[in-house]
Amino acid sequence: MTAAPTAPIITVRDLVKTFPVRGRPGEPKRLLRAVDNVSFDVFRGETLGLVGESGSGKSTTGRMLVGLISTSSGSVELFGHQIAAGAEKGALNKVRSRLQFVFQDPQNSLNPRMRVGDAIAEPLDVAGGLSRQDRQDRVRELLGLVGLPTGCGDRFPHEFSGGQRQRIGIARSLALKPDFIVCDEPVSSLDVSMQAQIVNLLLDLQEQLGLSYLFIAHDLAVVRNISTRVAVMYAGGIVEMAPKRELYAAPKHPYTQALLQAVPRPVPGRARPPSVAGELPSLIDPPKGCAFHPRCPFAFERCRIEKPRLQPDAAGHAVACHLHEAGSSAQ
Amino acid sequence: MTREPLLSVENLTVQFRGDRGWVTAIEDVSFQIGAGENLGIVGESGSGKSVSALSILRLHGRANTRYASGAIRFAGRDLLSMSERELRRVRGGDIAMIFQDPMSSLNPVLTVAEQIIEPLQLHQGLSAAAARRRAIELLEMVRIADAGRRIDEYPHRLSGGMRQRVMIAIAIACRPKLLIADEPTTALDVTIQGQILELLRDLQREIGMSVALITHDLGVIAEFAQRVLVMYAGRVIEEAPVAALFDRPMHPYTDGLIDAVPKLEGDLHRLTTIPGNIPDLAAVIPGCRFNPRCREAREACRRDAPALLPVGPDHLSRCPPRAAAAGGAA
Repeated sequence: MTAAPTAPIITVRDLVKTFPVRGRPGEPKRLLRAVDNVSFDVFRGETLGLVGESGSGKSTTGRMLVGLISTSSGSVELFGHQIAAGAEKGALNKVRSRLQFVFQDPQNSLNPRMRVGDAIAEPLDVAGGLSRQDRQDRVRELLGLVGLPTGCGDRFPHEFSGGQRQRIGIARSLALKPDFIVCDEPVSSLDVSMQAQIVNLLLDLQEQLGLSYLFIAHDLAVVRNISTRVAVMYAGGIVEMAPKRELYAAPKHPYTQALLQAVPRPVPGRARPPSVAGELPSLIDPPKGCAFHPRCPFAFERCRIEKPRLQPDAAGHAVACHLHEAGSSAQ
Repeated sequence: MTREPLLSVENLTVQFRGDRGWVTAIEDVSFQIGAGENLGIVGESGSGKSVSALSILRLHGRANTRYASGAIRFAGRDLLSMSERELRRVRGGDIAMIFQDPMSSLNPVLTVAEQIIEPLQLHQGLSAAAARRRAIELLEMVRIADAGRRIDEYPHRLSGGMRQRVMIAIAIACRPKLLIADEPTTALDVTIQGQILELLRDLQREIGMSVALITHDLGVIAEFAQRVLVMYAGRVIEEAPVAALFDRPMHPYTDGLIDAVPKLEGDLHRLTTIPGNIPDLAAVIPGCRFNPRCREAREACRRDAPALLPVGPDHLSRCPPRAAAAGGAA
């Protein structure tokens, strides 16, 4: 379906983001650890699905990749340029036009008073150098590319449905011919029927334009069709990462298993396994050991003391769980 | 389900005033909910599912809404002809409602305690101390740990799942006979969504209430509903028991909704989609309103408005070609 991966275009190592949190008066400032030692690669032409619930750090990670927020520590290398904290000034500018971002909410990410043609052309205007005619042609081309009538650039965002607005957001992200797009929950606010249209559109564009995606979602069902590999985040860290087929066929981490079981299926009368109890832990004062252990049905002594590391097996299926460490016979 | 339905919506047509005059949001909508029954109402945004639900309690802005025809009978009385004052006793009493976004339905400047106690004092005349005791019981019923302390928190201190639990506690405070749940899990994470659906099911058994669940997600419908109403462009296009709906969907739009649900098993082909978008309320579409998006549309579909026809036991569909095929097979 996609080109065979060769060299990574994005390399992320030990990425950390902390936010200072004001305590009550008199209490010291504390740190919220939103992203905690995250490492991954994205290869040319592939989609890495990044899945996690609210507060897992998935969006923060995506935003750091395109420079929308700064990193606290760790390294981010984009197309051979280091852009993380401490990198040479202006490094991000060298690669900025090759990176794009598609936001979750097409309602709020488009200026309601700007015609959609102008919204799509805005990145072109910033880059400069296009004649009026070329600009207009490019807007029509982009509208066509995302499956909208090429003549609808004169209309305003409110004249479009949610799904169509997301198409406009995608058209805008394509204006500067990027190589890599972070799609931050692009279908989460859409109806199921519209989700399928947008996912198919992103697949088509990837094939036509050779794009790579980091596709962020809160649910494993949505990323199944589009992803080449999938990483699951929990409480700031990646707990499992694997090629798509392996992850869905044989999920290893108890949290991944819980996420898969939680997806409602269109099968009436299915005996649904009970939901995993509890909610995401505090990121200011996270549990000792494995962050998932307070909710984990299989937790044992070691999980409460020692934080498991993400360890890949020979097939490239990585999991951070003491149940699956080499030498452990536990299932 | 039962001899006398708890709620019966009959031929309801609701219109809203827009920039260019009145538009019909839902047309000729009829459905019933039996005592203790779970009805699922499913459709895309703009299908009229929320309009139908909000109409039950007449929650639309009065100035710009016209209940053009029909009746809504609840326990023998017509909610549409009730005075605003009478209806206020029903709202939050016998019929309660929860919404998609628990943050915007809770008052951010009142504590959880103040918000739960209000309906208890209003509908049940409890003293402040008794109401507080009852409020803590209710929070325990919705499985909020440490309810005695949590009750004095403000909503922003609670997670999304917790807030929805608080909303549910407020809704069940007066032991409603009917709970209308408008996309109650759409804004929640998947693991929390499962918890909330389980909670609703448990509470329904404990209290013996009926639930009308509105959602765009057929996965949620399959897990929760006994009977399903599928809406499209302001009309009911199919109604069926949940097993029949998924086994033998009798409307092309229902087929499309079922196919669009992302699967966790099976082939990894492209997702199946329903082409196009739901039409604007003001759009004039002759014949079947779904015909521009329908792969099976014929000449008659573009000309004649279809009727809701029986296609099986307790199964109705607004697709005459499918109904004819079902009739021919029977």
